[in-house]
Amino acid sequence: MFAYAVRRVLATIPVMAIVALFVFSLLYIAPGDPAAVIAGDQATPQDVERIRASLGLDRPFLVRFGEWVWNILNGNMGVSIFTNLPVTTMIQQRIEPTLSLMVLTLCLAVSIAVPMGVIAAWKQGSWIDRAVMGFAVLGFSVPVFVVGYVLAYIFALELDWLPVQGYTAFREGFFPWLENLILPAIALGGVYIALIARITRATMLEVLQQDYIRTARAKGAGQRSILFLHALKNAAVPIVTVIGIGVALLIGGAVVTESVFAIPGLGRLTVDAILRRDYPVIQGVVLLFSFVYVLVNLLIDLLYTLFDPRIRY
Amino acid sequence: MQRRHLLAAAAAGFAAPALAQGAARVLRVVPQSNLTSLDPVWTTAVVTRNHAFMVYDQLCAQDAKGEIRPQMAEGWVTEPDGLAVTFTLREGLRFHDGERVTARDCVASINRWARRDPFMQVLQPNVAEIQVLDDRRFRFRLRKPTPLLTMALGQTQFPCFIMPERIAQTDAFQQIRDPIGSGPFRFLPGEWNPGQRAAWAKFDGYVPRQEPVDGLAGGRAPRLDQVEWTVISDPATAANAMTTGEQDYWEYPLHDLLPLLKRNRQVVVEQRLLDGTYGICRFNTLHPPFDNPAIRRAVAMAVDQRDYLRAVAGNEPGGWEACEGVFTCGTPLANEAGSEVLKTHSLDRAKAALAEAGYKGEKVVLIAPGDYPQINALSLVTADILRRLGMNLELVSTDWGTLVQRRASKEPVERGGWSIIHTTSSGQSLTLPVYHLFLRANGPQAWFGWPDDPEIERLRGAWVEATDPAEGRRVAEALNHRAMEVMAYIPLGFYWQPSAWRRNVTGAFRAPATVFWNMSKT
Repeated sequence: MFAYAVRRVLATIPVMAIVALFVFSLLYIAPGDPAAVIAGDQATPQDVERIRASLGLDRPFLVRFGEWVWNILNGNMGVSIFTNLPVTTMIQQRIEPTLSLMVLTLCLAVSIAVPMGVIAAWKQGSWIDRAVMGFAVLGFSVPVFVVGYVLAYIFALELDWLPVQGYTAFREGFFPWLENLILPAIALGGVYIALIARITRATMLEVLQQDYIRTARAKGAGQRSILFLHALKNAAVPIVTVIGIGVALLIGGAVVTESVFAIPGLGRLTVDAILRRDYPVIQGVVLLFSFVYVLVNLLIDLLYTLFDPRIRY
Repeated sequence: MQRRHLLAAAAAGFAAPALAQGAARVLRVVPQSNLTSLDPVWTTAVVTRNHAFMVYDQLCAQDAKGEIRPQMAEGWVTEPDGLAVTFTLREGLRFHDGERVTARDCVASINRWARRDPFMQVLQPNVAEIQVLDDRRFRFRLRKPTPLLTMALGQTQFPCFIMPERIAQTDAFQQIRDPIGSGPFRFLPGEWNPGQRAAWAKFDGYVPRQEPVDGLAGGRAPRLDQVEWTVISDPATAANAMTTGEQDYWEYPLHDLLPLLKRNRQVVVEQRLLDGTYGICRFNTLHPPFDNPAIRRAVAMAVDQRDYLRAVAGNEPGGWEACEGVFTCGTPLANEAGSEVLKTHSLDRAKAALAEAGYKGEKVVLIAPGDYPQINALSLVTADILRRLGMNLELVSTDWGTLVQRRASKEPVERGGWSIIHTTSSGQSLTLPVYHLFLRANGPQAWFGWPDDPEIERLRGAWVEATDPAEGRRVAEALNHRAMEVMAYIPLGFYWQPSAWRRNVTGAFRAPATVFWNMSKT
């Protein structure tokens, strides 16, 4: 398995190279000009040209791409056109809030959605099942920002229990950290909970029809043991797969959630950079997101072996 | 005390009173936009200018009446022949790194700024040399009398901020990295997280003038220990943060949310800026149909500024005003000579004028920036007028970043060009012909739309040369008249952009820009 893991990590290199080329090319052909944004209304076309030249944006595509790749290989993601700060510094400033939000959402979602799906499957056709499925439909249908505003209205404005916006670093204490993140995590987790709960229920229903479950029942195993030891373990592979795929949902959702709750994360950094055409920042963040996504999927693949010993790499 | 804070204090037990001791006066501000650059010469972004007003000082500055008063300068002396102006700096001026502010710093800063400021570029041919006389004095040697010199140096639109010489020697097209100034607050680079947070601390070494604050002139006394900007891009979240007291000051609340804020007894909603924000509808004069001035005037006949202003600022009483001339209303040059075309307000007469002007159904591309609510609203009103006039309209909805690139295209609409764009401008920028961007008509050198009208350019030059106010006024009337004939842009009136602050914030005053000196918090 170690050899497999190493092979997979090495396989991320060509994937990242394709992503890099794709992102760079897209930004090259996309409309927008950071020099014009910087120069402002008062600038003459000559001023805009001079700014473009000073930023190196007037050089040929291949020269710029080659230089960027070379810098990346040397651990240098470049410097933001607007802030003059290294992209790595900007990412470092923003990575904790996004990571915190995603991890908390992931934990919340898995700890709520998996039991919900299991119970819905166990009580198939009952009001519990219908309630869980109703919640799942709601989770898919209501946009993240609507959930966010409703939660902020109830818990921050009306009840005054939690703050409306902002982020407190984890090093300043677990409760202040949680206080700022709990509403965003619930808002972001809605769709994720819905997805995992549905898949868990569907997979569990299939597993619960299997012969070995009937055998376990015949042997007198308890309901809890059947559900969580026999059925859930065998249903885990599709559930874990969906959790992995859902990380992409979380990354996308984080952009909206961070805006609604004014969390200074990578999502907002990306949107701000796109609106201003801050190319080095966009390239750096997209590359990072791609890398994280590839790694999460690798982790999921490795987890399969834990749940299903028949899987060998 | 809010319930949440009460709970937190209870949880913290005896630690809470200790935290309350020696609390610094920190003003938590939601700025108008993200502070991405710290160099007010490199970019003209208003948010960077607001940062610069905290960090840097000016030689002279505008008071509430628009007059230029000494600020860092103790004063200046103009020679009787008008060919030299000598500035003397006040005693005790220091930069944030402890170095003294000298005349050399001022000259280097003026030289860097002059390379980018359009106003100073007009006056630059008159300047023979700027000489350093000693540590506190420097002199402009002029080729001819230039009474507008102090106005250029003290303007608010593109202010001349003073930096240390070593920093001011940076090329004007390169961004500076070291935000050291001599202003009332010093920037805290370690706390800067672009897109989220920026902070400034009171500069204890600042020596304010003794006069009371008056616009941007007078004593710039820092009364807050710290000013913290938190970027909240979502207006509803910013409004909620003001309501709960998580933020103290919101620079530009969305007009739709003003009624909500006004209902809150803990929040004050008032006008702080001295000038309104003016709407501009700009034609591309290079290509049909708007290469024909008669067609531009026909569209102007259908415009009723009130429709635009309601679309942006709603029906709030006193929230906006029509202003049917090219100069900022209420300023000395404001006039409506020849503005009858803007007072037509008739779709039928506009249709007739359009037919008479020979409109043949050419395609009109109007670009609207969806991420810029005010400019988008102006664009959509024009789109509606054009449709009702029966013009062949293509409305392109895009983002501001794309618009600023596409507006530079001189190609016809079939090849990625454009016909109409909108923008907004501070009233400050439209007060004088010398920096009135939309009045320029020098063809390829003019602002996007590139109108070419030698008569407007001649009048602009005549205004710069005018020596007495009456003559300047006459030239301004002729300019307004000619601008209405050329109709390179349609003035769309102005709306007020109020600010909101918590009631415990004191000392807010009206000024041409958002500044935080003289303000405090109880």
